[in-house]
Amino acid sequence: MNAAPALRLRAGDIAPSLVLPLLAAAALPAMSFSTWLTLTVAGVAMGMMLFLMASGLTLIFGLMDVLNFAHGAFITLGAYVAVSVLAALAGWSVAESWWLNLAALLVALVAAIVASGAFGFVFERVIIRRVYGAHLRQILVTVGGLIVAEQLIVALWGPNPLPLPKPASFRGSIILGGAAIEKYRIIAVALGLAVYLALHLVLNRTRIGLLVRAGVENREMVEALGYRIHRLFIGVFVAGTALAGMGGVMWGIYQELVTRAIGADMTILVFIILIIGGLGSVSGCFVGALLVGLLTNYVGFLAPKLALGSNIMLMAAILLWRPRGLFPVAKE
Amino acid sequence: MSGEDDRPRSRLDSLLSGDRPGGIVLSALMLAVLTGLALTPFLFPGTRSVAVAARICIFVVLAASYDVMLGYTGIVSFAHTMFFGIGAYGVAIALAKFSVGWGAVLLGAAAGVALAVVLAAAIGLLSLRVRAIFFSMITLAVASFAQILATQLRDVTGGEDGLTFSVPRVLTPGFRLLEDTVLGVRIDGRLITYYLIFAMSLGLFLLMLRIVNSPFGRVLQAIRENAFRAEALGYRTVVYRTLAGALSAAMAALAGAMMAVLLRYNGPAATLSFDVMVDILLMVVIGGMGTLYGPALGAVVLVMAEYYLQPAMATLAGAVAGWPLLPAVFDPDRWLLWLGVLFVLIVYFFPSGIVGKLREMRAG
Repeated sequence: MNAAPALRLRAGDIAPSLVLPLLAAAALPAMSFSTWLTLTVAGVAMGMMLFLMASGLTLIFGLMDVLNFAHGAFITLGAYVAVSVLAALAGWSVAESWWLNLAALLVALVAAIVASGAFGFVFERVIIRRVYGAHLRQILVTVGGLIVAEQLIVALWGPNPLPLPKPASFRGSIILGGAAIEKYRIIAVALGLAVYLALHLVLNRTRIGLLVRAGVENREMVEALGYRIHRLFIGVFVAGTALAGMGGVMWGIYQELVTRAIGADMTILVFIILIIGGLGSVSGCFVGALLVGLLTNYVGFLAPKLALGSNIMLMAAILLWRPRGLFPVAKE
Repeated sequence: MSGEDDRPRSRLDSLLSGDRPGGIVLSALMLAVLTGLALTPFLFPGTRSVAVAARICIFVVLAASYDVMLGYTGIVSFAHTMFFGIGAYGVAIALAKFSVGWGAVLLGAAAGVALAVVLAAAIGLLSLRVRAIFFSMITLAVASFAQILATQLRDVTGGEDGLTFSVPRVLTPGFRLLEDTVLGVRIDGRLITYYLIFAMSLGLFLLMLRIVNSPFGRVLQAIRENAFRAEALGYRTVVYRTLAGALSAAMAALAGAMMAVLLRYNGPAATLSFDVMVDILLMVVIGGMGTLYGPALGAVVLVMAEYYLQPAMATLAGAVAGWPLLPAVFDPDRWLLWLGVLFVLIVYFFPSGIVGKLREMRAG
């Protein structure tokens, strides 16, 4: 599920790792280099934000075998929390100071993490706890939870789309190698990479990570060894939903507009990413998110009408080639 | 059901495929729904009540066809509205772009059903061979793609505005079959449309009852209970699940065709939106999964709620006007919030829904 076993591939089985560079290389002849560079950076940035949203879901599925259809509600919650926080810190956000802007973003991120994580805790206790092991009821009950959560968010923030302006210094772009690169995208890439590395380190270098990995491989055995797997479940669920809230903040600021459908729209891309990468795999999720981000940007430039369709085509192609995704989890 | 096979089958039993509602309460309820729908134009005259009744008939078919998948086969699809929409667009495009006539209606419906079956089979074969859970995720993605496609292909589908079209003259409100009124009700095109929809819905419902009680239906239920064991007994679970999906898609497309004829309009919001999907889910779960009668009952409850719950909530919101937050959650637009809460509670405490609960009470 995590990087180590997923990347320890059978000899000769490097084909899945080549998909990403091949996609980037295939797009190059279709456009000028500077366009390609702009689109690639945009795609990587989008992929990183998608990774933030998707990584939580794949972790939750990998460990708990729960597919949370309400994941989008946590994304929406994060984005709306950012609206409130940045509105409250409007002085910091509009100031022409890099540090104040960054502080505003950080406060928004922390607030969203706390709000989504706390809501995730309640959600696990109230909704998920009773349906472990029953897939059909899980899907139904999480869809019910999604309906309730979305409606509550609308009751709190109102039904209309709310503007979420980028902090002043994150607007505009810098010129690099003849290509315009938006500043905000660089921040998104940095944050995404930091989260990926942090997840990687926690899963591979800490005791908790060891337990999570063990729980993914064999839940009963971890329990038999005397660890309370349920506490681990809660922890991972809260962490996963907090990541979704973080993704919601980043995506909301990127779009500069927050609608009630923001989470539902992203959930569809997140599912495509999970299927492409292999359900439960963090590395697969990372590669899948980058693939979807890059493809969306390349196709969005070359043939705008096909953008979402291209992701579904990619998913169908990968399912035909590797029915379990690019980096399947060892289990089952 | 199967234990009653020794007795000579009555005509009613053969009509209901031996699957009676079960119990006096439930039988009385179903009978009340049936007579209520059959006599709506005479019992509750008025355009609005007939429109509500027609909507109920269509949603009975739609919810029952969803139950064939969810309740009998145990797989969750989020693309049911896509098939509903395909049927509706089939009729809409045929009537709007080609000619107004029965030929166009039939051709459009047939094309819709064919496309729905092919798509459902493709999705099923692609995803069900891996894990049933993939099916849910992929149907969600494909359904949202269909929605975007319908809004973007302006020339074909009319985009966001949808298509408005004329139906054959017999079905228009201006058409009079008889000069005189019958029991004070004018026999016009609107009435004919209603009874056409009513008869088709009844027929399709009985057909689905026949299918789920056939040997094929038994295999589906075996797969739902234990897919591994069904496979070990020699049934190709992928094939059976895919067939169930295709069948259910065909029924949904027919329901969509009826919806288009009823509304004389079709657009993304009418048949493709995720709100409709949520409605169907609520109908099936509240009524009772895997019973077919349950979804029918759920359709009645939910369509009525849609029309009559919102005014009730407006009253409630007015009553708590001074309180913090309460007016917001009792706002008529938040009716889905309460249905969502009800949905979660039912999945927890009455997983077999209204019908399942009534049958349990009768049994024990």
